[in-house]
Amino acid sequence: MRIDLEARPKRSALREILSPVVALIVAIVIGGVVVAIMGRSPLAAFDVYFVEPLSQSYSLQAIAVKAAPLILIAVGLAFCYRANLWNIGAEGQFIAGGALGGWLGLVTHDGAYQAIGSWWILPAMMLLGILGGVLYAMIPAALRVWLNVSEILTSLMLVYVAQLTLDWLVRGPWKDPQGFNFPVTVNFDPEATLPILFDGGTLHLGVLFAPIVVIIAAVVFSKTIFGFQVRLAGSSPKAARFGGFDDKRIAFAAFAISGGLAGLAGIAEVSGKIGQLLTTISPGYGFSAIIVAFLGRLSPVGIFIGGLVLAVTFVGGEDAQIALKLPGDMTLAFQGVLLICVLAADVLARYRLRFRLGGKA
Amino acid sequence: MRKFMTAAAAAALTLAFAGAAEAAAKVKACWVYVGPVGDFGYSYQHDQGRLYAAKQLGDKVDATTYLENVPESDSERAFEQLARSGCNIIFGTSFGFMDPMVKVAKKFPNVKFEHATGYKRAPNLATYAARFYEGRYVMGQIAGKMTKTNTIGYIVSFPIPEVISGINAFEQGLKTTNPNAKIKIVWVSTWMDPGKEADAAKALLAGGADILTQHTDSTAPLQEAEKAGKLGFGQSSDMIKFAPKAQLTANTDNWGPYYTQRLQAVIDGTWKSQDTWDGIGKGMVALAPFTNMPDDVKAMAEKTTADIASGKLQIFACPVLDQAGKDQCKSGAKTLEDGQILGMNWYVQGIDDKIPQ
Repeated sequence: MRIDLEARPKRSALREILSPVVALIVAIVIGGVVVAIMGRSPLAAFDVYFVEPLSQSYSLQAIAVKAAPLILIAVGLAFCYRANLWNIGAEGQFIAGGALGGWLGLVTHDGAYQAIGSWWILPAMMLLGILGGVLYAMIPAALRVWLNVSEILTSLMLVYVAQLTLDWLVRGPWKDPQGFNFPVTVNFDPEATLPILFDGGTLHLGVLFAPIVVIIAAVVFSKTIFGFQVRLAGSSPKAARFGGFDDKRIAFAAFAISGGLAGLAGIAEVSGKIGQLLTTISPGYGFSAIIVAFLGRLSPVGIFIGGLVLAVTFVGGEDAQIALKLPGDMTLAFQGVLLICVLAADVLARYRLRFRLGGKA
Repeated sequence: MRKFMTAAAAAALTLAFAGAAEAAAKVKACWVYVGPVGDFGYSYQHDQGRLYAAKQLGDKVDATTYLENVPESDSERAFEQLARSGCNIIFGTSFGFMDPMVKVAKKFPNVKFEHATGYKRAPNLATYAARFYEGRYVMGQIAGKMTKTNTIGYIVSFPIPEVISGINAFEQGLKTTNPNAKIKIVWVSTWMDPGKEADAAKALLAGGADILTQHTDSTAPLQEAEKAGKLGFGQSSDMIKFAPKAQLTANTDNWGPYYTQRLQAVIDGTWKSQDTWDGIGKGMVALAPFTNMPDDVKAMAEKTTADIASGKLQIFACPVLDQAGKDQCKSGAKTLEDGQILGMNWYVQGIDDKIPQ
């Protein structure tokens, strides 16, 4: 017997909206079975993973703080992926932005260069963060456009370059002179730290970038010619070229948006959450954001929801370790299951399975 | 009958109250690890310490909660979640947790925090670390006796004071038993990367080293030594299972007694923020059984260990000459001060290497 995929004659909007929901349910069921096999109550696990995090103010804040960088990066990735450009290196662009923006935080430490006031520091840090991400994304973009080098390889390899460069900076020239040679920088001044929105909470100003960017991106995709060009360049590059679109410019623009948003996420994380530079500033946001981009099916609103769902699994995963003593790896395994379910549901929404008897067709 | 009922009710009430009081007195202790508990190195040893303390204190503590694999840049939430979930005392075992712990400790003044290997303290944030360098002195002495090629391979992670003081202590020991032997140092810039560590080990073995030691966490270098028929030392935990013919001893972190003592202090209400830096004497550093060596070397190693424990032997007894031949001791001092060892960023005389800057 062989199984064929056959395109469904009509694409149904309802089916496509429902498919990620079904995928989420299937993933939760699979997760529940695994939890049961491990000897814990699946209901208690569901409660800890998905209900408790959503019922307390502090964990809601934690979810927002965790989701914001994922959403920012994933919206940027959506521009690349829709244009059929496979930027895998958002992690590196995140680090480049965090490092370049963070540099200003180090330079202005202890009131330095603040003679004309300190109002300019945070905006300048954010701009430098964006700039760092954009410049870093221009490397794979240029290689791709001018030399036809696979952006998958170059962007991925540049992640390691960024990680090692930051590592070197924090262990070397940027380390805290009073830090006993430990690999940390000084703490930023309050003037270089994004303010916390609620007293005693963790929600910082940078988290607000995410919804703003989502709205702008949604408008760009649906209402502007540029959004149309990006989609067309991805789905049918020949048609785009016939239509007179400059696909090289579109490629550079998509990479710039992607890198810039990753860089913004990086500096928001560094300035809003960490408050200094460390040898590693990302627990893999750039890679998790790829999951988010596909969970959200490359649409800004979908990504917003997808980012929140993934953040819930992170925060809930820690709750599960505390309350149910489930291993931390369970969280990663569950995220993997979720992604596979979403991708499978996506395929099944557009194609149907045909079972044929007999090996040959 | 009524009287009996009242008495029974009173008894039941008393019991219930006693139960409540007991539950309230049960100290909930929680841990945050940077790595997986299954790394058979650093995080594993902390987890062994947790289990040891749980066993020692029995019903008086709930020490079942830990978070593993917590990335340092994302650790603030982990500490806050634990503090909110009712932990009375939280141990953070990695240096990189320092600033997040300072922040969370400020927010939860009633929760006690203990940070391993850091230097920032607060009224509810204590620090603790082990004098790992003491074990390395003994290892240096053993290596001096056992080497035939007079070349010791030393695989190291990052040039922080803990690592530098370890190299210096090893050299101090090595000098006493074999002034001709030399340490060859390879920086791998990672705490845990079996592939990189194995490559460094192979390079050192090919370069003539016949004994390997490491300040990285995986078992790979020791396993390479075993494969090559050479010798080596285990790190953090007793790695004899991985290298039964190669391991001479292992410099192990033994956190159990410390955790027990600190939890007992919480139970007794005597916990105070402090800086603890213990070594072989207090049992925080322990050397695994001396194996794969002749009896006279073993006897020497045992004597040295006992002398360090009793304080008779000072590893950094003055004068301590640096690479340029300058005495680093403060004038009139008998040994280097703790602060000088904690901030060590220079090599002692005899080491042919430059500290990466």
